[in-house]
Amino acid sequence: MLHLVNTSPFESSDLESAAKYSAKDSPILLFEDGIYAAQAGTAMEGRVKEIMGDHPIYALKADLEARGISNIIDGITEVDYTGFVELVEQHKTASW
Amino acid sequence: MKFGILILEGPYQHEASDSAYQFAKAAVEKGHEILRVFFYQDGVLNSTKLMEPQADDRHVQKMWSQFAADTGTEFIVCVAAAKRRGINDDVIADGFKIGGLGMLTELAIEADRVVTFRA
Repeated sequence: MLHLVNTSPFESSDLESAAKYSAKDSPILLFEDGIYAAQAGTAMEGRVKEIMGDHPIYALKADLEARGISNIIDGITEVDYTGFVELVEQHKTASW
Repeated sequence: MKFGILILEGPYQHEASDSAYQFAKAAVEKGHEILRVFFYQDGVLNSTKLMEPQADDRHVQKMWSQFAADTGTEFIVCVAAAKRRGINDDVIADGFKIGGLGMLTELAIEADRVVTFRA
């Protein structure tokens, strides 16, 4: 199952819920305001790195660019919309 | 693959509809079929031809109507959600049709993947 997280971790617990209730190794895609979790150097960085121990994390490039974020946490994979579609080909989805 | 898309949020207030549009375009470009886009809850507001954004802004309804014209994708607007919001056959734009919630159930059964875009 691919978990779609579109809210900032600074205003919502969606990322935490996705991490808590999803099976190990299931991927998480951050998009829209969700990409704030991918930004390096924030108060969330440590927690996001912990989550990355159990889940590969992807971040949608268009939404990073729309918010001017270029410094993302090492190990998070940037994908474009084609990459988003490829993730959906591989997994059924849950929108948090 | 056969994809379904569910949109739960109106235009302009939130980017759900914009994200869904970009996703739908990318899916079609990769050769997938979108069986249906289902507009539910405030998502029904994407279907009104009465929206009139400023000229320098995107026109969300026209983006979708053009997508329907280009790809033949079926767009269903939930009748109960639409009636609550003053959306009826007089105001829905080209490419959209009013239908029942059963068509969402049917989509969930028939599509290989359903992706939900919400606030």
